[in-house]
Amino acid sequence: MAIRERLSGNEAVAYAIKQINPDVMPAFPITPSTEIPQYVANYIANGEMDTEFIPVESEHSSMSATLGASAAGARALTATSSCGMALMWEELYVAASNRLPVALALVNRALSGPININCDHSDSMGARDAGWIQIYAENNQEAYDNFVQAYRISEHKDVMLPIMICQDGFITSHAVQNIVLLEDEQVKEFVGEYEPENYLLNAKQPMAVGPYAVSNYYMETKRAQRQAMLNAKQVILDVAAEFEKMSGRHYGFFEEYKTEDADYIIVMIGSAAGTTKDAVDKLRAEGKKVGLLKLRVFRPFPAEELCEALKNAKAIAILDRAESFSGEGGPLGTELTTALYHAGNTAKVVNYFYGLGGRDFRVEHAEYVFDELENKDDIEQYQYIGLRE
Amino acid sequence: MGNTVEIRWHGRGGQGAKTAALLLADVCFKAGKHVQGFPEYGPERMGAPITAYNRISEDEIRVHSNIYDPEYVVVVDETLLEAVDVTDGLKEDGAIIINTTRGADEIIPHLKGYKGRVYTIDAHKVSMATLGKYFPNSPMLASVVAVSGVMDKYAFLREMQTSYEHKFAKKPEVIEGNMNALKMAFDEVKLLEEASPSDNTENE
Amino acid sequence: MATDISKITEKSSWKDITMGNQIYGAGTSKAFMTGEWRTQTPVLDESKCTQCLLCTPACPDSCIPVEDQKRKDFDLDHCKGCGICAEVCPFKAITMREGQ
Repeated sequence: MAIRERLSGNEAVAYAIKQINPDVMPAFPITPSTEIPQYVANYIANGEMDTEFIPVESEHSSMSATLGASAAGARALTATSSCGMALMWEELYVAASNRLPVALALVNRALSGPININCDHSDSMGARDAGWIQIYAENNQEAYDNFVQAYRISEHKDVMLPIMICQDGFITSHAVQNIVLLEDEQVKEFVGEYEPENYLLNAKQPMAVGPYAVSNYYMETKRAQRQAMLNAKQVILDVAAEFEKMSGRHYGFFEEYKTEDADYIIVMIGSAAGTTKDAVDKLRAEGKKVGLLKLRVFRPFPAEELCEALKNAKAIAILDRAESFSGEGGPLGTELTTALYHAGNTAKVVNYFYGLGGRDFRVEHAEYVFDELENKDDIEQYQYIGLRE
Repeated sequence: MGNTVEIRWHGRGGQGAKTAALLLADVCFKAGKHVQGFPEYGPERMGAPITAYNRISEDEIRVHSNIYDPEYVVVVDETLLEAVDVTDGLKEDGAIIINTTRGADEIIPHLKGYKGRVYTIDAHKVSMATLGKYFPNSPMLASVVAVSGVMDKYAFLREMQTSYEHKFAKKPEVIEGNMNALKMAFDEVKLLEEASPSDNTENE
Repeated sequence: MATDISKITEKSSWKDITMGNQIYGAGTSKAFMTGEWRTQTPVLDESKCTQCLLCTPACPDSCIPVEDQKRKDFDLDHCKGCGICAEVCPFKAITMREGQ
């Protein structure tokens, strides 16, 4: 029986954590993710779960402790945002290269400066090369569902990589909205127990984690890490299919909203995709062939599948919620444009920036982009949507 | 989309406008609606003007932007009338509900020629009479339900009774006061009489 | 079953190295003959040695084994020839000779 509730995105993720009941959660508070460890600590204090909660003195420590716990054989996680993630920088790479399948509940927030607590994707996009699986959510429901699927992906023997479950700071983390929850037993059965093949606390098989790798081994190690990321693609789809059987909710690398016959498609990540759906419906009612492709999985990057989904579009707008300051577009824009080039796709491709530092993205903004795609021959690349000129 | 009711709350940090918006989302959820309740995203500071929002709909709500053209505006603190453009984007077939004891002459000039309905309620009076303390939340919540009709009055009171019984399980003595505050607010929220003939002519 | 890391060499394919370079098994440094690095070798003069055992904890590579409260000869498989033992011996019982 599905449970109908209304929860904020932070509550929804905390609820998933409660249902999973992992072994260890070290955490240090930072807006807008603070509520996640706060709710979890409450659940523990109320005896609703028995995760070992470790209050630490910084995010450098929270991620370090998470990795230590994972290496020891525990199912571990932490939560953070923005500058908190920046302080974990070294450990992000250590987690991936040491193949520790930890989870991070990331609540996306602009990475200073100027200092700002609102949403954009500059924190996780900055960490896109750290070797973590990255899954993004449009709303509280997706944040919850993605978290329930997280460990099944990260702990899979062909993968064994850390996973980042991202949602938009404040926009979904602090907005209360309808949600359908799974029952505790369903989640427990779906996620299962973590049974690592090798772990530090196994007295029968002593081991060392994280040794120095000289040049003669480093590239081989990285190539093996890449293979794990490539393997994650099939695992993500398999886990999603199993999740759909249980919940009835479908997930893949991305959601295609009215793209099948669309001439003009917006590609974007996160909560603003929901807003764009309303624009698509409005323009469809006017007879315009527009659609939305909402990317859910950014790492591994599903280049081939994206190109297949976009092959019939006349023009594609790629909307980035993070700058890269290359002067030549954002992270999603650059990667998708490259993929389209390799696929021989000759559609018009325009890369926009939007929503930096919490700048509101409205239905009208999506309509503006569709209008440019359809009616303007010489569209300015790398525009900031809603910028005061 | 079409059937979504959008509400914008204006208050000051610490007065509970955000809590009221979340309570409204809560009670409408219980009535089977799709809801959104969210604060204006940003640092919260005691006394600073804050905005909170509700979307209430029969259908799934997908928009995640702030609300710019609300059907209803609720002003929890009358001193905001001078500081904030409370009627900005407010639909003419909607309404504004203001917590105030002031009359039309003092209020209308702050509404920038808004032609829709204007309601007032003295939440202070209601709160003091029923709770003995000033908590504007409950009266303002009941007022917006009364004016907007987002849900039936009796269903609303029934759900609020259940919710208070849960919330105040350890303080059952305050349940009755809060329920009385809601009921009294339904009677106290009033359509503002026209300010003066001259204003009236201007509005024509 | 954990991979036998003794089979991994600098010629191994990326497909054959362990996940995250994890090392399975304990005390693997014993197999690493750091004694090959030595350019000077400590020599013990047993007639001068009083078995005070001050040299033992001073050795950075644990190359002075102790049994029944008496030190044995140097573990030259792992001794790097640093000469600290010769410096700390109060009885000049240890001298460093050139070469392996």
